Amino acid sequence: MKWKNEILGKWTSFLCAGLVIVITLSIVSFIGIKGLSTFINTGISPVDVLFSTDWIPDRPDAEGGPALGILPFFVGSIVVSLLAVSLSAPLSIMAAFFINEIAPAWGKKMLQPAIELLAGIPSVVYGWLGLSILVPLIRNAFGGLGFSLLAGALVLAVMIMPTIVSVSVDTIRALPGSYKEAAFALGSTRWQAIRTVLLPAALPGILTGIVLGLSRAFGEALAVQMVIGNVREIPNSLFKPATTLTSGITMDMGYTVMGSLWNNALWTMALLLLLMSFVFIILIRLIGKKGLA
Amino acid sequence: MKVRTADNVATVFFWLAALTIIAILASLIGYVLYHGAKEIDLDFLTKPAQNLRAGGGVGPQLFNSFYILVLSMSVTVPIGLLAGIYLAEYAKRGFVTGMVRLCIEALTSLPSIVVGLFGLLVFVNFTGWGYSLMSGALALTVINLPLMVRISEEAVRSVPGELKEGSLALGATRWQTVIRVLIPVALPALITGVIITAGRVFGEAAALLYTAGISSPPLNFSNWDITSPASPLNPFRPAATLAVHIWKINSEALIPDVRRVADGSAAVLILVVITFNILARWVGRIIHGKMTASGR
Amino acid sequence: MFKLKKIGLIVLALILTIAVAGCAGSKKEENKAGEAPKTQENKSGSVTAVGSTALQPLVEEAATQFMSKNPNAQIVVQGGGSGTGLTQVSQGAADIGNSDVFAEEKKGIDAGQLKDHKVAVVGMAAVVNPNVGVKDLTQKQLIDIFTGKITNWKEVGGADQKITLVNRPKGSGTRATFKKYALNGVEEASGIEEDSSGTVKKIIKETPGAIGYLALAYLDESVLALKLDGVEPKKENIVSGKYPVWSYEHMYTKGEPTGLKKEFLDYMLSSEVQDTIVPKLGYIPATEMKVTRNP
Repeated sequence: MKWKNEILGKWTSFLCAGLVIVITLSIVSFIGIKGLSTFINTGISPVDVLFSTDWIPDRPDAEGGPALGILPFFVGSIVVSLLAVSLSAPLSIMAAFFINEIAPAWGKKMLQPAIELLAGIPSVVYGWLGLSILVPLIRNAFGGLGFSLLAGALVLAVMIMPTIVSVSVDTIRALPGSYKEAAFALGSTRWQAIRTVLLPAALPGILTGIVLGLSRAFGEALAVQMVIGNVREIPNSLFKPATTLTSGITMDMGYTVMGSLWNNALWTMALLLLLMSFVFIILIRLIGKKGLA
Repeated sequence: MKVRTADNVATVFFWLAALTIIAILASLIGYVLYHGAKEIDLDFLTKPAQNLRAGGGVGPQLFNSFYILVLSMSVTVPIGLLAGIYLAEYAKRGFVTGMVRLCIEALTSLPSIVVGLFGLLVFVNFTGWGYSLMSGALALTVINLPLMVRISEEAVRSVPGELKEGSLALGATRWQTVIRVLIPVALPALITGVIITAGRVFGEAAALLYTAGISSPPLNFSNWDITSPASPLNPFRPAATLAVHIWKINSEALIPDVRRVADGSAAVLILVVITFNILARWVGRIIHGKMTASGR
Repeated sequence: MFKLKKIGLIVLALILTIAVAGCAGSKKEENKAGEAPKTQENKSGSVTAVGSTALQPLVEEAATQFMSKNPNAQIVVQGGGSGTGLTQVSQGAADIGNSDVFAEEKKGIDAGQLKDHKVAVVGMAAVVNPNVGVKDLTQKQLIDIFTGKITNWKEVGGADQKITLVNRPKGSGTRATFKKYALNGVEEASGIEEDSSGTVKKIIKETPGAIGYLALAYLDESVLALKLDGVEPKKENIVSGKYPVWSYEHMYTKGEPTGLKKEFLDYMLSSEVQDTIVPKLGYIPATEMKVTRNP
């Protein structure tokens, strides 16, 4: 009986772990098949889709047929998430050191719960706040529409802060205490210890946090859509509106017919999002390997 | 001297960074609560939403949010826990284990909109459930499962080795050890983890747009027949949650008091999320206190 | 041991719940399939209507009234967009597909097998920020503005303000109708796109020089609806055919509707809905139209 349970328990738990693989593989295959159907038997080449800025999915065949260039969406996603990370990372890293090194008591009681709370705020609320506070603010301060790359990046910067902070805090905390003590013993100030010893030692972990933040920013949908303006042009200024892969999908998914070319192009964008998230994982693994070496 | 100055300047900057973050959070939450809190009363929390007239509430949406969470967690928790136990106790280094870990990582980094679209293909269209609570709950499970697995694994791993070895030495099987020793000891961490995961998906909207739908049919709260479409308990009815509702009324609503409902809903969402956060800390502390006290 | 049983029980209970609910779902299907036209007093069964988010409030409101009269009937209304509605009704996944556009105008839909029920008419207007100093545009001017040939309001006799275009998403019914009937089908220059009428109105209200388009239901004093070639966008002019920018709201069924589907669609076209809910939501009753339009 005892051993029957043992076997039963072991196998149920193994199946549950296996389920994770099944789910992942089915997501990849379902989205993959839908996403690739744009190119199968349609004569449309991936190059025309990935590297073209013409997005006229409803153009009649007489005028040259649908154009499905998704480059502006892709570039928009990349630019807005890189901007968000570069705004968010310095502040987040400082916060992580603050919690661990500068004022642990205050940091753990106030700052860390505050950052966890930021993670809990729903993305619709972020979008709605961006729409009612940030957009008018940018419009009044810099002119233009207010709906802009900057608005999207700022909203995302706040949203990804918790990710970067929590990963960095864990990394810094896990550093051997001897590092810091050795630095202090050599007469370093706290800032010198952080700058010359702790930061370099924690860098791989912090980079992991940054990449995770980047991937979260890249995939965020509703909040960005509400403030970025959704203009299908590659933006040439911070204050110009832009668009992203996610808002391209949310804007048109409901309006288009499942199985039509237009709809399939949206699935191609979803596939691109999926592939990018794998790219981020590979990046994180590479950083991890480097950190160990 | 110069070094000292640099150190002081740096400290000031670190404090500034910390204060900036606190200020951002305070202003966000303050703004939402300032505008929204005055709209919240019993009527708002219980009345159904209106399509044309002012004065609608968010009763069904609030119920949906919690119900979908319960449905989702009742799938996520057992599977996540067992998978976590497998990774912590049974898994050997090898291809399968590496694969599981890679998949967990992959799932974690998936954008929620991709999960929603996957749900649209599989749960909504393929199974024929349509936009429904069940489709939504399963999509939320996909989003939450990796976190739950990770939390369970960590919780089980963090149990002191002597306890485990003691149990094994007394002749208990691994599984008995898991059930009788590891899970009870890891319970505070597990419960905290469950509440945190729950809070994380309470505000999810992007994935639910494509799975649970954006409509809420009128509910009859005295109808407990789980098969009736008007029953709040029917898991196969479409259901807009509170977060989706905010999105919906901001887009197409014709009610004259959009702003009031949006403000109120946002405040309710934030309050619930804060409650989840406080609850997680509090429950964790209480159980931890009890366990260590009784252990003496 | 005991704990293990408990876990087993929970899992079992869970599976049972899902199974029961699943059966319930299929039972619903059977009801639908085996549904014969019933007597007037006893309308029962379940109908699912999916699609257009713009049409959703109207159908939801009508469904609520219908159900309070016929307690045994269940009308489930879902959003998802016109494309989703047409897809699902063609596949048989939904009983009724709500759409802002003719099925013939959506690529990928076999419109031949769908039956159109025009339940309301929606008028649209070009809408500007009140400070642009223009109240009337010719169609030519409107086209030039939306294609980017005219970029300043002073070129059409208004204030010296840069023109900012505010669009709806490409697939939206409002945009399709506006493009077809107000812009004669020309491709618009790119401008910001917003997924919702509410946001479009907000932007036009707050941005100097902004122009966009809205369904008449969304109009209020914060924005200015332009006359087109001197014709004011209002109900009388649309009903008589003088103002061209309008479209039907459609509810499609696969083949001729029967049973409860028919009862509900008849109810949508009855005076109970057409004279009360339809105008209240800013639509024009389909029954009042003096002109008709085909895809």
